[in-house]
Amino acid sequence: MSDDRDIQLEAEKQGVFLTTMQRFYNWGRRSSVWPLSFGLACCAIEMMATGLARFDLARFGAEMFRASPRQADLMIVAGTVTKKMAPQVVRLYNQMPEPRYVISMGACATSGGPFRDGYNVLRGIDLLIPVDVYIPGCPPRPEALLHALMTLQKQIDAQRLNRVRWYGKREAKEYPVPAFGKHGLEIDGKLVDPVGGLPLISPYTSPTQGEMRSGMIEHPELVRYFPIMDETVELESPQKAKGVAPEIVHNDLKRPVVEVDHARDEQR
Amino acid sequence: MPGMSSAELKGRLADDLPGVLMPTRTRMQMSNGNEASAGDGKAARPKRGEHAPVDLLATDDAVVYPERIPDVARYVRDVLGYELLSNITAVDYLADGVIEMVYHFFHLDGGPALVVKTRVPRDNPVVPSLTDEWPGANLQEREAFDLFGVVFPGHPNLTRICMWDEFEGWPMRKDFPKQGDKYFSDSEE
Repeated sequence: MSDDRDIQLEAEKQGVFLTTMQRFYNWGRRSSVWPLSFGLACCAIEMMATGLARFDLARFGAEMFRASPRQADLMIVAGTVTKKMAPQVVRLYNQMPEPRYVISMGACATSGGPFRDGYNVLRGIDLLIPVDVYIPGCPPRPEALLHALMTLQKQIDAQRLNRVRWYGKREAKEYPVPAFGKHGLEIDGKLVDPVGGLPLISPYTSPTQGEMRSGMIEHPELVRYFPIMDETVELESPQKAKGVAPEIVHNDLKRPVVEVDHARDEQR
Repeated sequence: MPGMSSAELKGRLADDLPGVLMPTRTRMQMSNGNEASAGDGKAARPKRGEHAPVDLLATDDAVVYPERIPDVARYVRDVLGYELLSNITAVDYLADGVIEMVYHFFHLDGGPALVVKTRVPRDNPVVPSLTDEWPGANLQEREAFDLFGVVFPGHPNLTRICMWDEFEGWPMRKDFPKQGDKYFSDSEE
């Protein structure tokens, strides 16, 4: 059945348009991703530049920055999420209708960035809501945001109708809004981010990936500091540790594998 | 354009408001432009590659007693004409056990700022509020209270402004026991 796609493309050249329901749905959804008009810090300036004429987000059908979460499909978390802002971010995400996607733009939104060890910055928005695409950079160039959007479009292309949650009968998942505690943000009386070491594993994954991470530290026996901070790690030089970091050994980095295989999708 | 040096301000304060100035160590001037100071300072100047020990609390600015800060502020406004209280902030000198409040006054005709400082002990930082005369001091004093724990008697609404109300501790103090979300006291349990 793998040549289905070739037959389709060949027929389209002859003016006959054949498609699967799934391909049609995904095509429609990926071609009109409307972001929420929502910026938190300097990354928002780059996001605005991306939306304007020079970089022109409209080429991807995503130029409609909506002022209401009810009309938006995509939340671009552009900038530093302070702990005081985090509940509002989660509340905005909860108000978006499904299907909804999140791009974590820049070092701050992804991990807290340079403010990670501060007292007031959330150490990554993925501690509170699921993230589809992460963008490194401080701030990322507009090209990086365009690439993230294209990556998101590839992920949308890979969605299967029978697996994504929002075509089922279940209601949209409400993510818990954190409350202010005396030491930091709390959910159900427990600190969102109680661990001092690095890095953290997000408790959430994007809904299309079909799995739910535990949010627990996966290898508690390993010392979870950067080698440079850990006294037990032997240093080759002041800047370089001997051996390989434990995260890499155990393939523990927050990098879900995204495979886009059209032929296999349509086979199912 | 009005411009008043800190030495001039100290002279005026000593004349008109006796007993207001705190005794302070002055910073030794090593400027090359001034001939007299260059001649004097040559003997005391450290050799190349050496640093003189840093005296953090040494300052040339006018340092006044904290309970007299409203008098000084009124004097600076009414007599000297520096009407705009532009900035209030706090500095934590952990090793010396001192929190220093810094007030910047500006003249509406222009010119540089007039700096008035006051020092309070870290364990009991109490400075009278200036909100009666300068309503604009409201937010800045709340910020100093929020981040440094300085208490301002007479302030109408002394609550946290940057952090949330439930937060514990004074995060901009140098001994704030926290890195990330981990409090140092937590690991010692």
